[in-house]
Amino acid sequence: MKTKLATLWLDGCSGCHMSFLDMDERLIELAQRIEVVSSPYVDFKYPDYFPDGIDVAIVEGSVSSEEDLHKIKLLRAKTKFLISLGDCAITGNVSGMRNLIEIPDMMDFVYNETADVNKGVMPTKVVPPLLKKVIPINQAVHVDLFIPGCPPPADAIYYALSELLNGNTPDMSKVTRFGK
Amino acid sequence: MIEKPRIRVKTFKIDGIDVTGRADQTVLDVAIENGIDIPRLCYMEGLKSIGACRLCLVEIEGQRGLISACTARISEGMSVLTKTDRLLKYRRQILELLFSERNHQCAVCVSNGHCELQNMAISVGLTHVDIAYLNPKLNIDASHRRFLNDPNRCILCNRCVRVCDEIEGAHTWDLLGRGVDTRVVTDLDEHWGISESCTGCGKCVHVCPTGALSEKGVSVAEMAKRRNFLPYLKSNRGIS
Ligand code: SF4
Ligand code: SF4
Ligand code: SF4
Ligand code: FES
Repeated sequence: MKTKLATLWLDGCSGCHMSFLDMDERLIELAQRIEVVSSPYVDFKYPDYFPDGIDVAIVEGSVSSEEDLHKIKLLRAKTKFLISLGDCAITGNVSGMRNLIEIPDMMDFVYNETADVNKGVMPTKVVPPLLKKVIPINQAVHVDLFIPGCPPPADAIYYALSELLNGNTPDMSKVTRFGK
Repeated sequence: MIEKPRIRVKTFKIDGIDVTGRADQTVLDVAIENGIDIPRLCYMEGLKSIGACRLCLVEIEGQRGLISACTARISEGMSVLTKTDRLLKYRRQILELLFSERNHQCAVCVSNGHCELQNMAISVGLTHVDIAYLNPKLNIDASHRRFLNDPNRCILCNRCVRVCDEIEGAHTWDLLGRGVDTRVVTDLDEHWGISESCTGCGKCVHVCPTGALSEKGVSVAEMAKRRNFLPYLKSNRGIS
């Protein structure tokens, strides 16, 4: 049976998901052993956002909004092995830089000071309520493996996945680091 | 005729390996000479060791407390352990505290790829921090014509303070405050750019292990530090 993989994109720039795609032809090899059941890459809709019985989940981005928090908790409950992918997921990184500013000041900066259209109009829908502080995923739920990097190199992602598929525990500090 | 000083030699063990050192050497000096790697951050060859970062903690068999290898004098017959489970755990925790106390975004840091804090994280296998980040609000001092002080990246290793005092003789830097609120400041907590004591030599910038002190005009990952001057100056001063 194929390993059921989910990926989730929280508060990140999608660079980590791009880096996953940078595994290039190795994706074909992985596809023999992995089935992607939920991800920004594919178009599945589930009543409870994620399907049940996920073997491995890879999460990019930090937990910054109530929506992020809701999703990561849902995903964790349905996942055996959860991976934090990239510095935003692991440390807050660039997404977390807003922790140095109060939310009203940041909102004013984005929707007023630097806005070109609808200057000063605060969003009332689509933009989810923000958490007071951006937190790394491991401050919200248990994380089983960390792949640092901004974005983590495709080689590091491939190494992690192939080790896991072979039943081994990857030693990530050998292949990547914060800021890689 | 100049009388040769008598050198006293001591023999002891590090991780079960027999080593010898001069009586005035530290455990870390002898470990380095013997190719035994002890993680360290505040230590710098050519500057006085002050035991600030605690990363180089080691165990001495028969002693309960841990001691910093960079300040511990060697003694005959001692047995030093550098890689026990307890030490590995503490080293990780020390690094986690350093990362969580300030704001480190390696991806956009001038020192990315050249940073001793990053390197230490790699060497102890640290790929995440369990301790909650403090996210302190700290202002960058960009008042100096050529240099930048970004306290978000500072680990309070005190190298800048020491090099400016011991080598340059200006003593522009000092520490202000206590504990987690400690900051390195120039002169009497004035802007670096108006400092009357700073000669602009740049030594502090180049001994700084992180991206806290940098040259202006360098971009992300471009701030590689040059440190060859230290052992050279040290030998010129006749200090061993
Ligand atoms: S000082 Fe070092 S650890 Fe801190 S952000 Fe810069 S590169 Fe990363
Ligand atoms: S540039 Fe030189 S004199 Fe000025 S603070 Fe740094 S070490 Fe001291
Ligand atoms: S500014 Fe750099 S050299 Fe000075 S204490 Fe901070 S980290 Fe150390
Ligand atoms: S290197 Fe010894 S305490 Fe910092």
